[in-house]
Amino acid sequence: MSDYVIEMLGIRKEFPGIVANDDITLQVKEGEIHAILGENGAGKSTLMSILFGLYHADRGVIKVRGKEVRINSPNDANDLGIGMVHQHFQLVHNYTVTENIILGREGGFVLDRKSASKKIKEVSERYQLNIDPDMVIENITVGMQQRVEILKMLYRDADILIFDEPTAVLTPQEIDELMEIMRSLAKEGKSIILITHKLAEIKAVAQRCTVIRRGKLIGVVDVASTDVSEMAAMMVGRQVSFKVDKQPAVVGKPVLEVRSLNVLNNKKVLGVKDFSLTVHSGEIVGLAGVDGNGQSELVEAITGLRPVVSGSVHLLGKDITNASIKERNESGIGHIPEDRQKRGLILSQPLYDNFVIKEFDKAPFSRYGFLDKGEIRKYSQKIVDGFDVRSGEGIDSLAGKLSGGNQQKAIIGREVTAGPELLIAVQPTRGLDVGAIEFIHKELVRHRDSGKAVLLVSFELDEIFNLSDRIAVINAGSLIDIVETSQTDEYAVGLMMAGIRKEKKDEK
Amino acid sequence: MKSKEPRLIREHKAGSLLVSLSAVVAGILAGCVLLLIIGHNPVQAIRDIVYGAFSGRRRIGQTIAVATPLIFVGLSVGFAYKAGLFNIGGSGQMLVGGCVASLWAYYGADIPRPLYLCIIVVTGMLAGAVWGGISGFLKAKFKVHEVVSSIMLNWSALWFIYEIIPAFIPDPNVNSRSATIPNELTLRTEVLSQFFPRSYINWGIVYAVIAIVVIKIILDKTTLGFQLKAVGANRDCAEYAGIKVDRNIVVSMVIAGALAGLAGVTYYAGYSNMIYRNSMPSEGFDGIAVALLGNSNPIGIFFSALFFSILKAGKGSLSASSGIPPEIADTIIATIIYFTATSVLFRNLWNRLFHSVYERRLGKRAAVNGSEGGEK
Repeated sequence: MSDYVIEMLGIRKEFPGIVANDDITLQVKEGEIHAILGENGAGKSTLMSILFGLYHADRGVIKVRGKEVRINSPNDANDLGIGMVHQHFQLVHNYTVTENIILGREGGFVLDRKSASKKIKEVSERYQLNIDPDMVIENITVGMQQRVEILKMLYRDADILIFDEPTAVLTPQEIDELMEIMRSLAKEGKSIILITHKLAEIKAVAQRCTVIRRGKLIGVVDVASTDVSEMAAMMVGRQVSFKVDKQPAVVGKPVLEVRSLNVLNNKKVLGVKDFSLTVHSGEIVGLAGVDGNGQSELVEAITGLRPVVSGSVHLLGKDITNASIKERNESGIGHIPEDRQKRGLILSQPLYDNFVIKEFDKAPFSRYGFLDKGEIRKYSQKIVDGFDVRSGEGIDSLAGKLSGGNQQKAIIGREVTAGPELLIAVQPTRGLDVGAIEFIHKELVRHRDSGKAVLLVSFELDEIFNLSDRIAVINAGSLIDIVETSQTDEYAVGLMMAGIRKEKKDEK
Repeated sequence: MKSKEPRLIREHKAGSLLVSLSAVVAGILAGCVLLLIIGHNPVQAIRDIVYGAFSGRRRIGQTIAVATPLIFVGLSVGFAYKAGLFNIGGSGQMLVGGCVASLWAYYGADIPRPLYLCIIVVTGMLAGAVWGGISGFLKAKFKVHEVVSSIMLNWSALWFIYEIIPAFIPDPNVNSRSATIPNELTLRTEVLSQFFPRSYINWGIVYAVIAIVVIKIILDKTTLGFQLKAVGANRDCAEYAGIKVDRNIVVSMVIAGALAGLAGVTYYAGYSNMIYRNSMPSEGFDGIAVALLGNSNPIGIFFSALFFSILKAGKGSLSASSGIPPEIADTIIATIIYFTATSVLFRNLWNRLFHSVYERRLGKRAAVNGSEGGEK
């Protein structure tokens, strides 16, 4: 009898143009929390999809509780006691918790809601999930929805639980709660597979960690005796620095001047209030704040996507308050948008079209209204090479076929290569792995060092502190304060993010 | 010292040509089944249709004449679709184009023919462009959906022309139609009529081929096409990139309208030589099917228009020789439209087939690799 509850031996899976899993072996012990660590596109999700019956392995053996099995569909996986919490929840929004959980398991002709609801309540109490079975999904928080997904697995008597990037959508408090739930599940004898690229989470809950890189197994480590930087190095394939090396800023002339700006938000009330900010050449100004405090409205007003109620925006001394988006792009604004799939790329078009989306109508990419495909391809190849944008078919790949990290690299490549005087980067590393984050941070610093201005908007304080020369804090649409990064700390900025203004001790 | 990395086996994906052809074949097969059910010989029926479309130069000319407006409206719908718009107003745009041409024929008989031809083509296109442009403008300015406005504009055009005809281009004998345009004032020409005697073939087919080339160039090679496609594929991204989305919506509807307006000129002053006061040209809607089957690709639209015109031109001889009602040909056309509209089914079917072939090849190689491993 083997002491592994799950064994995937020598798994291989090819997709057109790419080997997603190349001879990967995964062994999970009963009652352990086992992390699978890898960059975006390393093959973690493919491996789990094979275990869950969504894909077929081209080669390899799967054993559950020592017995070789064939898993052809998620139903087979369920029958073997394997449950999965997907990154995107699979819940019907206008159904109650109970209805969602028994969906597909109704059994018989008459719905027995009452006994189902009772069982759900029992399970919820046993694992302290705090779920009211009669709540409607659309009325509960994201964290709670995730717990409903967990409950669904438990209700179906799963004892092997797969979590696919479970923390991507959670607030810090919710993450803590989830970690606690996972620990208590493991204590009850459940085996947990945690797919993630966040090292802190692995360190917090997992016992062992399987690291994969570019579809290959790199190693299995004991989490307690391995430190974070070792794991990061295994994942990325080289040493990773978490601190960005940068020289002190060489600050020059003002590039962006925002004066007393008022902007309406989507609810037609002021989302940005009397906001003033100056960003100089050669510096990175970080805009810190909790999501939804007017950052998007401010950025859209600067880039021309949203009209201004009053106040002004100047770029290099020129008033662009009412200029068109095109005029702003041409006078030197680069913009890494918050939502890369909505605004940043045309997913159904090849990469080369995406790279010239702002400049297709200028020489050398076109003359007299006719495109020069040769020049466009040459330029695109330069960006792909320079920014290590990986894809199946190079510049001919459709943008939508790229992984999230590579899509982001493509956008940053496009924006940085254009050499804008002002680069506005909104959440430039959201959802990316350490390797990509490091790369993007370096690019932003390099842009600053070439004498350009950078306005960084991020909800992650780490990122703000790592990159910014000065930090501006926004709360409820108002500027709370602007401080030198070297003169402040995360605690002080955190207070300001909550809207608490620090008393000025030394008056001039 | 052989390399360990095995060559990748690629998985095929179904292209749009294969998908369109599958829809055609499935539609024809369904039509054959229908014929069998009502007790006719499908082979004979197909032979009749092909005979009706191609036997003799007159019939070939006729088929081409039927295809001409279909190509234009197909291009019109396909072009708008590339910019993310659904131009369902081809009929109204055809009517205004045809009406303008008829007015010139009635009042401008003295204009020298080369100049006259240029004038009716240009003004017919302009009229269609205005009609299409209204939909574009309403969409850009007031967010009125182009499907709603273009359907309403179809009826506006119909009733507008209903009044124009008796007032300005009356037929001396019949109240229900416009004055007949004399042969020398239509697009029909000796050059083509010589080859295809007694058919309604006209200069329109030459214009249509030119239009295909021009539209193909616009879409593939120009900054205008680049913008239109960007707007059609992702409006938010186009806006972000500084492309003027509203202007592009208007421009694409203007060009689409111009194409359909030209369809009207070739139809009412070429294929036909009069406008019936109370009749909406079905070509405006057939063009949607043409564009769909042709995957909005100009070359594809040419062939799909030709295919539909074969069915349309051939259905007359179908009923004449075997007594099959012409509605059967219409039913086959409709079936094909259904199949193209659900072309995603064919795409999935083919992709599943390709996938199983791919898996089998992988499996075979895995077996080979496995035995190699065993020898070591």
